This record gives sequence, structure tokens and C-alpha cells, in this order.
Amino acid sequence: MTALPLALAPSAFASAFAPETGGSPAANHISTLYNITLIIAIIVFLGVEGAIIYCLVRFRARKGHEARQIHGNTKLEIGWTAGAAIVMVAIAIATFVDLSSVRDPVNSGPDGLNLSNGSQYVATGALKPPNGRALTIQVNGIQYIWRYTYLGFSSNPDGLGDPYAYYQMVVPTNTTVILHVVSQDVIHEWWIPQLGPKVQAVPGYTNYTWFKISKPGNYKGQCSFLCGRGHARMIAEVTAVSPQKFTQWITQQKAYLKAADIQAEACRKELAKGQGAASVEFTKNC
Amino acid sequence: MATAALTPAPQIVARRVEPEQHGLMSWITTTDHKRIGILYLVTSFAFFILGGTEALMIRLQLGEANNSLVSPEVYNQLFTMHGTTMIFLFVVPMLAGFGNYFLPLMIGARDMAYPRLNALSYWLFLFGGIVLYASIFWSPPEAGWISTVPLADSTYLPSGGIDAWIFMVHLTGLASLLGAINFYVTIANMRAPGMSWSRLPLFIWSILAYSLLLIIAIPVIAGAVTMLLLDRHFGTHFFDTAEGGSALLWQNLFWFFGHPEVYILILPAFGIISEVLPVFARKPIFGYKAIAASTMMISFLGLLVWVHHMFTTPTPLVVLIFAMVSSFLIAVPTGIKIFNWIGTLWHGSIEFTTPMMYAVGMVALFTIGGLSGIFLAMIPVDWQLSDTYFVVAHIHFVFVGGSTMGIFAGIYYWFPKMTGRMLNETLGKWSFWLMFVGVLATFMIQHSLGLDGMPRRVYEYPNVGHLQLYNQISTVGSWILATGVLMTIINVWRSVKHGTIAGPDPWKANTLEWYTTSPPPVNNFDEIPRVRSLEPMKDIRREIERQANEGAGARKRRSDGVKVTA
Repeated sequence: MTALPLALAPSAFASAFAPETGGSPAANHISTLYNITLIIAIIVFLGVEGAIIYCLVRFRARKGHEARQIHGNTKLEIGWTAGAAIVMVAIAIATFVDLSSVRDPVNSGPDGLNLSNGSQYVATGALKPPNGRALTIQVNGIQYIWRYTYLGFSSNPDGLGDPYAYYQMVVPTNTTVILHVVSQDVIHEWWIPQLGPKVQAVPGYTNYTWFKISKPGNYKGQCSFLCGRGHARMIAEVTAVSPQKFTQWITQQKAYLKAADIQAEACRKELAKGQGAASVEFTKNC
Repeated sequence: MATAALTPAPQIVARRVEPEQHGLMSWITTTDHKRIGILYLVTSFAFFILGGTEALMIRLQLGEANNSLVSPEVYNQLFTMHGTTMIFLFVVPMLAGFGNYFLPLMIGARDMAYPRLNALSYWLFLFGGIVLYASIFWSPPEAGWISTVPLADSTYLPSGGIDAWIFMVHLTGLASLLGAINFYVTIANMRAPGMSWSRLPLFIWSILAYSLLLIIAIPVIAGAVTMLLLDRHFGTHFFDTAEGGSALLWQNLFWFFGHPEVYILILPAFGIISEVLPVFARKPIFGYKAIAASTMMISFLGLLVWVHHMFTTPTPLVVLIFAMVSSFLIAVPTGIKIFNWIGTLWHGSIEFTTPMMYAVGMVALFTIGGLSGIFLAMIPVDWQLSDTYFVVAHIHFVFVGGSTMGIFAGIYYWFPKMTGRMLNETLGKWSFWLMFVGVLATFMIQHSLGLDGMPRRVYEYPNVGHLQLYNQISTVGSWILATGVLMTIINVWRSVKHGTIAGPDPWKANTLEWYTTSPPPVNNFDEIPRVRSLEPMKDIRREIERQANEGAGARKRRSDGVKVTA
């Protein structure tokens, strides 16, 4: 079901007529629904505009032409009311069919990140794939940067110390990723067009979305809800890599964070010891 | 002969009861609905020019990728002022202006029910506008026309711009509320004898819907901005989730007002073209009852759908689905209107005057805005397109293609009645075509910008794909549109003094405002005719014609008789 304009337009302009696709199944489902609706809309559009143009040409004022004094036509009016209602019912059915496949996550593929061992991959929160196992990442909107916390990767029982990253989110391919979208200041909105639904990050609430990327690559997006003067610069990038590379990356990320923590700890001790001139020295070193 | 003398031909008899006042003081102290109407129209058109200038600056900034014509701060202020101005200070008061001037005339009343309250409404509106625009000398608001909290809270925007915005919403809101009560009471009580509800002109039906929606929606936004003011300055936490409030509450309250507001902005424009189309198609409106009923239906459904502005918020799915299905339902009465307008053109004898061109152009352009609205009403599609330029394109097809084209149809249609002079048709047609092409060029391409991933309210964008090309097309379009508006300004400027004298009924129209001189005297009508149909002026013209024929016939018969006897 691709729309007619898509078939006619050169491929370079394909995105001018439909939402972006190719990242995650949800985006593809949205695009399909959009294209079905676009066909219906184009038919209605041509019908309405065609009728207007026909009337303007055919019934323009001419000599010897009298306007017909019609007040209405009950049968016709009931007919087009029913017609409009039927079109809307058809669109509603298509939407309901599509809604669950956009909203509900699917299971990870067999060649995705191995989620079967280890309790850390049990998905938490309101949105879960059928088998209950997914990589869960908390997305935190901050004026004007996104912070990603990979939930369940810490050995600490309190859950603190999970690895995190800013701006670039690295994820494994063929793996269902559930996002818990939150904000710590104003409202932001998480949106990577090729990965599907956008969700608002509202302070005090957790919002959910998901994606599953089949091929490695970079998927770009940006905050789409006005969050202040830096709104246009609040960009985000999702990088999909093979599960092996992802495991390497997260191990290394943990190591970097641990090193940084150790350094920070040392600095804090330095600061605690230091008085007066020593604290000036501290700011230099740390 | 004797019968003709007993039932004189109806004719326009409106004598000035007292000399009309002139000078500045007479305008400041006036309670005449026509003068207040003109004050409304002129003031809101001035705000239209300000809002349009802001729009042109926005389009200039976006005319080039990574442009730095204005700073991010100024850019945010520009689109906030643009949106706020166009909605609160242009479309709503402009329609109130038409309502003020023509509502009493169309229903055969001598003034509004509460003339002094009417004057108060205007002055509250004017001061609301002045308060907002005074902020440009300090720090204008910069949280968008929806002022979403927490961004609009004092933690993030401590400057007074948001407070000016709150004050403006209060003043113009009170103006609209008092005006709406006045309209409602006038319609309910002051109709000409014989004007039953089924003979009420469609413009009056739309003003009735406009008034009912304002009466329901304004108290909610007034409450919401008061809560925001308390949060900002008096230590309450209505919208602060961390302190037991809710950041989502603002969006719920704002859109409970905001969505009816959309219909407040569009329904009277529908009403204007429902008056203009039958006049220039020279046939009755097609399906009068269906159009009137669909107006009321849209108003009712419009109160249920505010959550469709919140599909991406953490709101339970069942609530989203309720809003989606209600939004789908609105497509049906809206479709009925469009079909009935086409039915009105069908087998007509269409005269291409400027008001008619604006009215038909409005139907053509609004259809695009209506159809793009269906996409945004579908939850999954909205998840992709919400807060992008696709939404910007949609609202501008509704407000510029719809409301503004309808308002311009009203300006060209009623200018002769308000001033006694015709607007220039050549300039008017130039203005129409430039605006029509301008709307298409500016906003059609913005659908593609949204589909390509450009969010709204961004002051810059990278030079990737076709973003720059599409934005340039839109910027060029905005200048075409502005040139079209300028043509009308020049036209009004010239025609006020030098236009052709219009006479009482230049269009051979259908409704009672044409049954008096142009401009009407202070008391509107010396004699209020009995209304016998939806189109009283048609009846009156027919009666005059019949009596003239009868008179002529009697003379002819007599002369024939003379011939026979001879």
C-alpha cells in the first residue's frame, strides 16, 4: 500500500509526501497508515475542488441563464452525511488496526542482544514486549541535552551506578529497546523520525515508547517541544551497532564512568582536606 | 387604486433622529454598536498588521539554513507574539467587530442588548492588546502562544513577559466573555417580528455558537492563567509536580479552552461565507437547517476533543482514544458544511465579485486544512507529526485559508454598508489572487517540512536534504501573501474617501442590514419590517416589484380601456 504520489515522485522527494521510515517497525506502520489516509484524502480533495471548479465554470453568470431556486435536497444531504460518516468509520478502523502495532513492542530478534540470561533485562514499567524481556533505557530531558541511563546494568543493589551517556544513544540491533522518557526541568519531547512515535518528557511523569532497529546506522532527531532558547540545538542521535559491539561499548562506558567516579572521589577527599589556598589547588587539579 | 394606497410598497425609510456626533470624544464615549464595531475592526486589523510583520520576520530568519538574523531569544519572542496576536488580538476581536456591527442590523434590532457593556468590552480588549505590546519595551513573552508550564513558570522565565501575557489573556478574555453574553442576549431577545429561529441568518447562528463557546471556554483559561500567576509570584504549586501539583494540568486546562477557541475562530468565518455564497450565486443557501445544525454540532463536539492536542503526553490510552473518536466525528458536520456550500453554487448564476472570490477561495483552502486535520486526529500519525511543521501548515490553512479569507470576504462584502462606498474591484481581485497563491505557496510546502522531520518553534535548522529549499519556498510565499494584504489596505485607504457611492443595497443581498441607508443612521431602522422568510430582502424586493407591476398593469388596463371605448 504505497501512495500514488510516492510511486510518481522521484525517490529523492519521497520523504516530502510521507513520514520517515526505515528505522523501526513502528515508523513503518505509521507511514503505511499515513499513506492509506493520504489516498482517501486525495480522492476527497479532488472531488471537492473539482466540484468547486466545475460549478465556477459551468454556472457562472451568463445572459439568459437563471439560477435555480433550490433550498436543499433531503435525500442528497442524508446521502453525503452517511458518505462522510462511512469514510470516517473506515479511517477509524484502519487507525485501530494500526494503533496496537505502533504502540505495543515486539520481541527481540534471535540475533539481537542475548536477553535470556540475567535478570537485568527484564523490562520494567508500563510498556513490555510479549516475552517481557527488553533493553530498558531511561531518557532524561535536560535543558538542552538528552541523558540516557541504561537501566539494570549496575551491580549495585540500589540501582544507582547504571551506565549513562549524553547526546548519543548506542543500542544493539535486532533488540527491542524500551524507553522510559522523563524530564528534570521543563517539558521536552523525544523524537527520532525514523524510529517512530514521539513522546513528551513531562517532569514528574514517565512516558514510554520503544523501537527495534534491524540494521546498524545513525538515526538523528531533536527535541520537538519548545523547551527554551536552546530548543533548536537539543539534538539527539541513536546509533545502532551489532550486539557484540554494544556489549563492548557498554563495558567500556562502565569503565570510563568508574574511572571518572574514582577521580571525583579523590577530588572530594582533596577538597575535604584542603583549606584556603589548598582548595584553589584543588580546582586546578580537578 | 384604493388597495394600493392601503398597502404602500415597502421602501427604505430611515431618517436620522438626531444629528450624529463627530470628533474624537464621540468615538471614545460611543455606545453605538456600529461605531464600536468599527473600533473593533480597525483595532484588530492594526494588530493583524503587527502579527503579520512578526510572521515576515520569522520567515526571513528561516529563509536560510543556520541563519543568525535574529537571536534565539528574539525568535522565541517573535513566534510567541505572532501566535498570541493573531489569535487573541486579530481573529477573535475582528469577528467580534463584524458581530457588533451586523448582528443588530441583521436581526432588525436598533442596538445591542447592553450598549454600555458593549463599549466596556471594546476598551478591555484594547487595553489587553496594549498591555501585551507594552512588553516589547521590556521583555516580551517567549513561551509560545500556549505558554506551557513549567517553561512559563518563574523558575525558567522570571521576566515580566509572561505576566503581560497573563494580564492580556485576562483583559481580552473578559472582553470576549462580556461581548459573548451581550451577543447571546441580543440574539435571544431582540429579533425582528417574524424572525423565528429557523429564519435566523447563518452568520447569526455562527455568532451564537461563537458566544456559547466563549462563555464556556473563557472562565477555564481565566482560571488557568490565574493559577499560573499564583505559581509565578505567590508560592503556590498548581503546576509543579514535585510539590504535589501537575505539569499536565496546564495542558488540560489550556486545551480545554484552546480547542473550542479554534472553533471560536473559524465558525463566524463559516457564517460570513454562508451569507456571501448565496447572494452571489443568486440562489438560496443549500440545506439551511443542515448548516445551522452542523454549526451547533461542531460547537458541542469541539468541547470534547481537547486531548487530541496531547496525544504525546503521558495520558492513559483510553482518554486519547475518546479524543480521537470525537475528533473523527467532527469531520462529519464539517463535511456537511462544505458539501452544502458546493450545493449552493450548483445551478447558481455565479457573479465573480471580490467577496465571492474570497468566499469560494476560503472553501477551497479550508478543505486542505480540514483534510490535514484528519491525519493529526489519528493517534499513530500524530505521534509522528505532532509539534512539527505539518501542524503549522494545518493551523495556517485553517486560520489563514479559513478564518482570514472569510474575514476578507466580510470586509469586501460589508465595506459598502459600513462606509457607503464600494471597494475597488480590480485592486480587490489582485489582492485575492495574491493572497490565494501566497497561502498555497507559504503553507503547502510546510507539510513536507514536517514530514521531513522539522519541529516547530526552532530558530534554525541544518542544511540537510531539502530543508533549505522548502523553507525558501515558504518565505517567498509569505511575501506574496503580505503583498496581497497590502493591496487590500491600499484599497480600503483609497475607497473610504473616493470609492463609488454604494447605495443601500449594492449586492442585491438577502438580509436586513441592506434594508437601511449605507452607512445606517444611529437608530438603524425607522421601521422594522416583519420577517416572513430566511431572505427578507428578497421578499421586500419582490413586493416592490409586484406593486410596481400592479401599478403599471393598472395604468395599462386603463389605457387599454380608453382605447376600447374609443
